[in-house]
Amino acid sequence: MSFAEFLNNYMYYIGAFGLIFIGLFILLTKKNLVKVIIGLSIMDTGIYLFLIAIGYVHEGTAPIFSKPGLNAEGMVDPVPQALVLTAIVIGVAILALALTLAVKLYKHYGTLNLRKIKEQKW
Amino acid sequence: MRKLLGIILLAVIAAGIALSLEEIPFGISKTIIGDYFNKNGVEETGATNMVTSVVVSYRGFDTLGEITVLFTAAIGLGALLTGHKKREHSDKVEPSSLIVYTGCRFLFPVLMLVGTYIFIHGHLTPGGGFQGGAIVASGFLLMYLGCKGKRIKFKASTVIEVLGGLIFVGLGIAGLTMGEDFLFNFLPKGEAGELFSAGIIPIIYIGIGLKVGSELAGIIDNLIEEST
Repeated sequence: MSFAEFLNNYMYYIGAFGLIFIGLFILLTKKNLVKVIIGLSIMDTGIYLFLIAIGYVHEGTAPIFSKPGLNAEGMVDPVPQALVLTAIVIGVAILALALTLAVKLYKHYGTLNLRKIKEQKW
Repeated sequence: MRKLLGIILLAVIAAGIALSLEEIPFGISKTIIGDYFNKNGVEETGATNMVTSVVVSYRGFDTLGEITVLFTAAIGLGALLTGHKKREHSDKVEPSSLIVYTGCRFLFPVLMLVGTYIFIHGHLTPGGGFQGGAIVASGFLLMYLGCKGKRIKFKASTVIEVLGGLIFVGLGIAGLTMGEDFLFNFLPKGEAGELFSAGIIPIIYIGIGLKVGSELAGIIDNLIEEST
């Protein structure tokens, strides 16, 4: 398999998992709670991208019969798109909830550093 | 040390995923169910947008669960932020400049119109309740940033939110009584491509749009109230 062929086949997977791993790395190493939440958000984006890439069909069009004469054969898979559609809105709500918790923690402990919040240690 | 451990862990996970993804080629239709929806979706649901028919019709019950997740997140956010004294600061805030104020006042109804258009036409064109609701909420965000001191009416927002949820659940139960299962499409399907078609799908999407819009606007309201 040549390099161009490899890129053509796996580029979207690499990009999506690159984002997921960047998010995971931030989760593992950063101390600041807001940075951890940013990492979660980056991971979210990678997962959306991966799900969409799984459903893609070469030369496929969007699964919408907006004009007559469109062929159902050349359309991409609608199921992952439907999942991602709801996941994005829920991701926003969860992000807001996480940031609220961060605000509350800061008010209670006076710091966002996870190493200094004693009850957070396990 | 921590970073090194993290990189080693990620490398192990990446190797495992790469081994399993090798078997899944990119760009080839993989699921049987996706092809089935594309081929038979228009006949079975009457909607021309297949993503909508999957979200509202085929996986409607799943979407109800997802809306519940959104609702729970909004409720949790509200519960966490109560207990603070809501300060009266409408007279204290510094007003925005005239250009920003007028621009926001001008853009707000246009954003409302675009959002409503997107969730009413969800079964025909790209878009739907979630996207339209997000656009409506972005209009409220613009209002909060540009016209400081203005707030949404809490009661009206709650009523709209409850109404959206009731439309969804009510139509589901109506389908249970008229047909055989929850969210059964009992209204006439009409001709595919018309605005009044696809039975209960556009009505449910309007409910979802109202609910998502008012919920996200409520989240924005809570957070901005907290930050001032």
